[in-house]
Amino acid sequence: MSDTAMKTLALTASQHQTRLAGYKGLLMVCTGTGCVSADAFSVRDGVRAALAKHGLDDKYLVIGTGCNGFCAMGPIMVVQPDGIFYERLDANTLERIVTEHLRDGQYVEDYLHKDLSTGLPIPLMKDIPFFSKQLLLALRNKGIVDPDDISSAIARGAYSSLHKILAGMTPADVVNDIKRSGIRGRGGGGFPAGVKWESCVKAVQKTGLEPVLVCNADEGDPGAFMDRSIIETDPHAVLEGMCIGAYAIGAKEGYIYIRKEYPLALKRLDAALNQARAHNVLGDNILGSGFSFDIKFHRGAGAFVCGESTALMASMEGRVGEPRAKYIHNVESGYKNRPTVLNNVETWANIPLIIGQGGAWFASIGTGDVSQNPWNGSSGTKVFSLVGNINNTGLVEVPMGISLREIIYDIGGGIPGGRAFKAVQTGGPSGGCIPESLLDLPVDFDSLTKVGSMMGSGGMIVMDDRTCMVDVAKYFIDFLKDESCGKCTPCREGCIALSEILGRITAGEGTMEMLTELEDLCATMAAASLCQLGATAPNPVLSTLKYFRHEYEAHVHDRRCPAGVCKALITYSINEKCTGCHVCAVQCPVKAISGQPKALHTIDVATCIKCGICADVCKFAAVTVE
Amino acid sequence: MNRDLIDGILAKWKHDPDYAIEILQDVQDAYRHLPGDVVMYVADTLAIPVGRLYHIGSFFKAFTFEPRGRHVIQVCMGTACHVKGAGKVLEAFSRELDVPEGKTTADGLFTVEAVRCLGCCALTPIVTIDNELHGEVTPSKVKKIIKAYKGR
Repeated sequence: MSDTAMKTLALTASQHQTRLAGYKGLLMVCTGTGCVSADAFSVRDGVRAALAKHGLDDKYLVIGTGCNGFCAMGPIMVVQPDGIFYERLDANTLERIVTEHLRDGQYVEDYLHKDLSTGLPIPLMKDIPFFSKQLLLALRNKGIVDPDDISSAIARGAYSSLHKILAGMTPADVVNDIKRSGIRGRGGGGFPAGVKWESCVKAVQKTGLEPVLVCNADEGDPGAFMDRSIIETDPHAVLEGMCIGAYAIGAKEGYIYIRKEYPLALKRLDAALNQARAHNVLGDNILGSGFSFDIKFHRGAGAFVCGESTALMASMEGRVGEPRAKYIHNVESGYKNRPTVLNNVETWANIPLIIGQGGAWFASIGTGDVSQNPWNGSSGTKVFSLVGNINNTGLVEVPMGISLREIIYDIGGGIPGGRAFKAVQTGGPSGGCIPESLLDLPVDFDSLTKVGSMMGSGGMIVMDDRTCMVDVAKYFIDFLKDESCGKCTPCREGCIALSEILGRITAGEGTMEMLTELEDLCATMAAASLCQLGATAPNPVLSTLKYFRHEYEAHVHDRRCPAGVCKALITYSINEKCTGCHVCAVQCPVKAISGQPKALHTIDVATCIKCGICADVCKFAAVTVE
Repeated sequence: MNRDLIDGILAKWKHDPDYAIEILQDVQDAYRHLPGDVVMYVADTLAIPVGRLYHIGSFFKAFTFEPRGRHVIQVCMGTACHVKGAGKVLEAFSRELDVPEGKTTADGLFTVEAVRCLGCCALTPIVTIDNELHGEVTPSKVKKIIKAYKGR
């Protein structure tokens, strides 16, 4: 470990801080994928232009940050150091913020966040309920660092943990500290990372083969974007975590397997890798310590099963992503038959923090006592993407053990449009649907598994009373049917059979015997499938059968879809709220709607194709679906 | 076949069969499908069986063996989009363009695809066309969206 290397890091940090100190304020514009799709780049450039126009560009610095998390309100800008939160910005409003707020000192109330119940503005970001209940560990730098500038990350402490281990910890010390933290894999499996690393070290000693380190960024769960956001926000957290892991297991080679559908994340990661090499925190002789480690990419090509570690490694070798039986573990024989440690993005992002503050500190957050046994609880935090029928859509990080109710109602702001809550789905397609009666459940690995769902990678999809649970089960099974690699029979044929049965129930051809058949099939698949894709595929069916059996029975007995979703079982009609505005009749693609202007219209049921356009265009809620 | 282009792609990945997937991704980007002669050429140059490339091409969602249309309409089928009615949006595109999901219109202008979660779940239902994102799409907006791309 050379002194020069350490001084260079410290110098980078202080130069960055000096540069920022020259400004009166910082304007942090979110440029995560969600905000970018709402035109955040125009906001970032527009605010720069407005500052220049009013001669304030030497007083305020505009920084494009990664995902702020409050995606529902994008584009977002936070004025620091005060922490004033502006939402739903567009290019035309920036002039007002620059003149009224930055020049004249008056907040622009129109673009402040409003309390959901009182409608009163909340200027400070930390006072907004969406943020105040969160605990940011993996997302510690969200909205603060510029993902394209390594010096802003270094100024926030990036690579200080790497420096710490190189200066005075043995690889065994690192493994032990990770074990003490109790951190369990954030990709879904929940396997203790420290135990995995330790097994890998043993395998290396036994075989003499050089180990490999892999970061799984093939985020495939529908409704989940945690890993993408972490990379887009703070790529150096992931890279530093991987460097620490490599030092612990003695790897020289690391890979990041990332979805090609994430172009912004790929671009930022690539830039971050180059900057890390230039700052000697990656590559040969890291910080003059003699330790060398470098990272390469592999781009995923769209296969959900590649989230399974053995399938992922097969596709890293340029083959199709088919899993293999896991009686030989990856830590012994993984990528190219070498001992391999694979963890996901969020796990890697937590590692530098654990090393920096100590395993015992991390273990003190969350549920259970993991100091002796990591299986004894869930330590730390978890990042969730909170989506679906919920007011505050976005990315949230909460301590393990928080209740579902707190996440959905306090942070998420509840269900929009005054609708009723029906279920929350966690764990991706192989997870389960949790009903209202279990909302006080603490969120941790074991509690979620106990009720028939799972933690998964962190997708949390909220469903209101217009969601049909049989349709949801069919949706997930169809997804898994498509994504099943086909190698083992229980999964391949089981998914097809489940899909056919659910298809008949939603088409109004169901029988009560079918519900028993579903349960039988599920038991076989869970017991006999080769990998976890097939083994957990029954979860969406079993959990909906368990908690929403009455909906299945309504489909079978009454030939009725209570939520008004299943096409074969619903009809569209026009109720007395109709004003005769005729818009639906004009828009109907099959001309099934007739009526005189300003008089009640009617739908010809025989012609209607149930496309939903009439309900979509009606401003008076005059279309009934039942 | 544009030999220089393919040689360039192969050189970029150092003729390493470990990167067969990445090589095919670049071919797919360049041709909007995997043409048979290109796949044969890649297999020959990498000295691997063409069957292995066909296996990859038919396994992963990113690849197609049929040419895609000038505009590729991707309707997100993620869970959040599904519960907000993405299925009806997909039907509307298929109906308006008179083409089944996964296929291309006779004039070669549009391909309609159902795709995996695009991770922009705050703006559901999501549709991307030629990588431009359209958020909060409802069946009644579909006609107008198609019209905007027809002239391009």
